Amino acid sequence: MLSSIPQSLRTPAIVLLFLVVLEVTSQAHADKSFEDVRCKCICPPYRNIKGHIYNKNVSQKDCNCLHVVEPMPVPGHDVEAYCLLCECKYEERSSNTIKVTIIIYLSVVGALLLYMLFLLLVDPLIRKHDPYTMPLHNEEESEDVRPRVEGAQGRGNTVLERVEGAQQRWKKQVQEQRKTVFDRHKLLS
Amino acid sequence: MENTGYCSESFNSLQSGTSDEDMVEIAGATLDFSSTDDVPPLDRDFCSGGSYGGVDGPNGVPKLMDLLDEPVPGVGTYEDFNTIDWVREKSKDRDRHREIATKSKESTWALMKSISDAFSGWLLMLLVGLMSGALAGGIDISAHWMTDLKEGVCLNGFWFNHEHCCWNSNETTFQERDKCPNWKSWAELIVGTNDGPFAYIMNYLMYVCWALLFSFLAVSLVRAFAPYACGSGIPEIKTILSGFIIRGYLGKWTLMIKTITLVLAVSSGLSLGKEGPLVHVACCCANILCHLFTKYRKNEAKRREVLSAAAAVGVSVAFGAPIGGVLFSLEEVSYYFPLKTLWRSFFAALVAAFTLRSINPFGNSRLVLFYVEFHSPWHLLELIPFVLLGIFGGIWGAFFIRANIAWCRRRKTTRLGHYPVLEVLVVTAITAVLAFPNSYTRMSTSELISELFNDCGLLDSSQLCNYANISVTKSSSNSLPDRPAGHDVYTAMWQLALALVFKLLLTVVTFGMKVPSGLFIPSMAVGAIAGRLLGVGMEQLAYYHHDWIIFRGWCSPGADCITPGLYAMVGAAACLGGVTRMTVSLVVIMFELTGGLEYIVPLMAATMTSKWVADALGREGIYEAHIRLNGYPFLESKEEFSHKTLAMDVMRPRRSDPPLSVVTQDGMSVEEVEALIAETSYSGFPVVVSHESQRLVGFVLRRDLIISIDNARQRQEGVVSPSKIFFTEYTPPQPPNSPPPLKLRGIMDLSPFTVTDHTAMDIVVDIFRKLGLRQCLVTHNGRLLGIITKKDILKHMAQMANRDPDSILFN
Repeated sequence: MLSSIPQSLRTPAIVLLFLVVLEVTSQAHADKSFEDVRCKCICPPYRNIKGHIYNKNVSQKDCNCLHVVEPMPVPGHDVEAYCLLCECKYEERSSNTIKVTIIIYLSVVGALLLYMLFLLLVDPLIRKHDPYTMPLHNEEESEDVRPRVEGAQGRGNTVLERVEGAQQRWKKQVQEQRKTVFDRHKLLS
Repeated sequence: MENTGYCSESFNSLQSGTSDEDMVEIAGATLDFSSTDDVPPLDRDFCSGGSYGGVDGPNGVPKLMDLLDEPVPGVGTYEDFNTIDWVREKSKDRDRHREIATKSKESTWALMKSISDAFSGWLLMLLVGLMSGALAGGIDISAHWMTDLKEGVCLNGFWFNHEHCCWNSNETTFQERDKCPNWKSWAELIVGTNDGPFAYIMNYLMYVCWALLFSFLAVSLVRAFAPYACGSGIPEIKTILSGFIIRGYLGKWTLMIKTITLVLAVSSGLSLGKEGPLVHVACCCANILCHLFTKYRKNEAKRREVLSAAAAVGVSVAFGAPIGGVLFSLEEVSYYFPLKTLWRSFFAALVAAFTLRSINPFGNSRLVLFYVEFHSPWHLLELIPFVLLGIFGGIWGAFFIRANIAWCRRRKTTRLGHYPVLEVLVVTAITAVLAFPNSYTRMSTSELISELFNDCGLLDSSQLCNYANISVTKSSSNSLPDRPAGHDVYTAMWQLALALVFKLLLTVVTFGMKVPSGLFIPSMAVGAIAGRLLGVGMEQLAYYHHDWIIFRGWCSPGADCITPGLYAMVGAAACLGGVTRMTVSLVVIMFELTGGLEYIVPLMAATMTSKWVADALGREGIYEAHIRLNGYPFLESKEEFSHKTLAMDVMRPRRSDPPLSVVTQDGMSVEEVEALIAETSYSGFPVVVSHESQRLVGFVLRRDLIISIDNARQRQEGVVSPSKIFFTEYTPPQPPNSPPPLKLRGIMDLSPFTVTDHTAMDIVVDIFRKLGLRQCLVTHNGRLLGIITKKDILKHMAQMANRDPDSILFN
């Protein structure tokens, strides 16, 4: 049922899946640190007392006006009337999830930026010295099924050359997409 | 290609051979029936199997070992920008399933395989839900953080946004709920203080700079890595689900870039939302996960079932509305929606919603974006302003569609389209410069909608809720009586009116740019602002004129009769309905979004009115309009074809065209077929008995022909250009010293659909829609006359509606 995933091109998808799973599990395993729970009570203005918000780290069963509102601004007989106006809510969050997500996101953006700069600036300089590269001729229309003659014949099939071949194919694909969308405006208006 | 079907096929051709001759005698035409290959000799074994490739025995009898178990790789796949053959894919799947079912009785291992095959669909749905939910949670968290990054940074940990930075602080006051010492705005960091004109200018400058940086990053990443990641994605997904192929549109690079640039685009303050792009993200996840399962990887029709479910997942994670998501997929996005898909979509949407909730991006374990807590009743007379809001929504929808299509057309055809990066930067600059001064446009659109949906209670201290407090008595459930508006409320009103105009005009320009953009949230914002304005107006009217007849019965002073938050909800639904023309799915999404089950009737009234008004002003919704603009080959299944044309008016070849290019079942050499392929650009050729008789044998696709001929040239011995190609079941004995023949019967479709030339076009269109055909052959008195393709039908429909038939671009 599950087919094998041999090609190295599938690794980006697997890495993405792995990051996603990591994120979910990190959230699940993160112990609730001290700052991650709170009971928030909002009390509106009452007579001549201004409105106030109270935050306190208590458990869910203690999350009510009597435990959280300290110091109580009204004298004893008014406490019940005052507390009726207040509304208390128990809230939880996971700061670890937020931290992990933001850091993953920024690192992915950084990596993509670096790769983009590399492709724009460094890659053309490298390619100029390489006599074996195929000129990227743009084919009209769709991919042809005829077996493509790979660039320099006689090269071995090492990992580096396979990666290079995959990268060349991907670059051509992106170029085609760019022509379709940006230049000819055939797709996606 | 299948042996079991083949056996019955040869029996049928035996029968039809005799009946053909009978028919011809009646008709009186003189046709050549001397070809003996039609009728297999009775002494041959019926089920000798088909063969293509392989070498004949000495007397021409195909050997049993000519049976090839594996078809040539590549046959049965489709080219880019082509339509799939639904009938073929569905029958392939039925055959596969039948084979597994019959084999499962043989051994335990085969039984396990059949059980796992049945469960693979559910496992795939589970994975799609998990992955989409996780990605959506990540997008939400990152978007919240980056939106606040434009205003300041948290010293506690830079990854906290404003709300989370001040989460534990004791410095927050009732009036300023977001104040805390840990959160520093940019002016405070650079200048040292937050007051004064210089600090304001510094904040302004930093806001604009961050917005420009984000949008520049977004558009460069889209341009450099995945140009298919721009736009909303829903029109293209609709087309893909109807059978079109766009390779790379649902790939892994598109997924990654769309996820990342969506966050950047939303954070840059542009007037766009993330719901449409989330549907695209979910469909990409589904497409990528389909590659893990053979059943879905190899079959395009099954894959589209999964994509339908994924579209439901997308809306479900965007809004936290699983049922609404399923209905959205059914109503808006999917082309065929079998009942099996309904249950699976629901399962996937629930899994995704649950995953999102466990990640908890909104910090309060609430799934729903705009949770509404009021339950005040509404009165029947309020239906009049609700209908007014519906009319406004319909008018706005029609205006928006026309303006947006005109702008996108200008982008496609003039020089505006040559500078995509510059266009994005200019629009961002204008948006940021105009948005900063008004606090209602400075906040993110989701926050704005939340605030507008919220009914003012005792606990609210925002500008919008600053009514003159007459007497504060807590009656029940935090509902306050209608009060006269204070000065702050009037300020808020005109600020909101300015925000309305701002959003109205900028969304037209923003939707369709080369960054991921959705339009659910901006439309809802426009509607919510209009609704809130009307609601506050009604409230003040009821307060100051409570003795008018219309208010007297139900709105006595001191009662809480008008709820402006409800008007905002209804306005949002009306505007969204006017733009997208959704009906049931919109109502369900709205009440799942807000949790207000009591308000279904006002929502329905407004949605219906807005749809009627919008339909009166313009026929199609925004997604259909974009499909039409791009010329996708999408055969609309909701319209009726009402013209009295016949099949022979639409078919090709017309009178002035060269005759139909056909392939004969025997006698054409490889070279001739290759020449035919090279000269024409048709995607398929009918196979006839001979050029004179024009009797139909089958239909063969161009791509399959090319692949088979290439494969035969490489692998088979002796196949050269003068080799003859045979589509018949039995090849006649070849003269000695001639090259061996090439048998291609296996790639031919033996049952192409035919209609007669006098079939009415509305029946033909119905056949195309219901069966998902790509082409249909036209016969006259039993002879092949022409062919109708989907593109011909689309062009014909365009011509009938007085539109330009050349706007249908793809095949």
